[in-house]
Amino acid sequence: MILLIIGIAANQLWELTFLHVAFGAGWTIIDLFLGLVLGPIMGRMSIPARIEFTTRLMPKMVLIMPTVVTVALASGWQLSTKLGTNLSASPTHGWLVASFIVVGVMAIIALGLLEPANIAVLVELKKRRPNPQVIERLMKRFIYSAGIIGAMQVATLVIMTKVATG
Amino acid sequence: MTEQRYPPITELGMLSLGLIVAGGIYLSSHIPQHVPLAPAIALLVASTLVLIVNYVLLRRVRDFAWERFFQVGRWALLAYVITAGMIEYAFVRNHLTGGPLVILTLSLVIYALQVPTLIGFTVARYDTSDAAPPATGSH
Repeated sequence: MILLIIGIAANQLWELTFLHVAFGAGWTIIDLFLGLVLGPIMGRMSIPARIEFTTRLMPKMVLIMPTVVTVALASGWQLSTKLGTNLSASPTHGWLVASFIVVGVMAIIALGLLEPANIAVLVELKKRRPNPQVIERLMKRFIYSAGIIGAMQVATLVIMTKVATG
Repeated sequence: MTEQRYPPITELGMLSLGLIVAGGIYLSSHIPQHVPLAPAIALLVASTLVLIVNYVLLRRVRDFAWERFFQVGRWALLAYVITAGMIEYAFVRNHLTGGPLVILTLSLVIYALQVPTLIGFTVARYDTSDAAPPATGSH
């Protein structure tokens, strides 16, 4: 977040591009990894192992994901403002609007399904005797949501490479 | 695991968020041209109505872990009021004025109310120990 503030304040092309590419790639990779790799692995683990894994994963996710998403989006908007690609006269404006739509859908899934499930798991884990069935159900929702967002990230990659190459 | 039947709070909440996101995309896609505000106002009004319906439906839920809902909801509200304030600050810093500023500010109010409601609801509906009585029926 400090890097983001410095990057936006400096408003230099390289810093903004670095932040947007690095954190955007991080966001995509984490979502795809959660949905397509960790999700199926967790599905085959025993319930106690799943709880153990969830207990260690979720507190980190609740910190990492909002940070990565905020840096990627804020630096992206600043970059598009600097390059003028968010102006309606820009030749790649249509692609930018498409990326707004993809990000909008991802935000709705993240805010409506993924984050509430994340918080609910953390609340359940703080109880003296966490309910494994509740954790399992919420984790399923979390992993599926992350998988859907990950798949949509592929559309973002297509759009962003198109915008970058003109 | 048996589960009590609940109204579609999450679905309606996501619809409400979707409507304000659509309004935001509509406004931002017209930068820097003059933009007709009627579609954005219609989306905002629709989103507000869905939010109100959501609260009415939630209010009518019986055997709900209200204590847990408010415990989690108020902290989430604090967090989302802060993020909404940061976004509002960015709008003002970027010299956004007039109708678009009013619409986006009201959209942020919906966002800051709707997301904590969804978080509080999800936590409370799965709360099986401290506050909630045993759930009955099936989903």
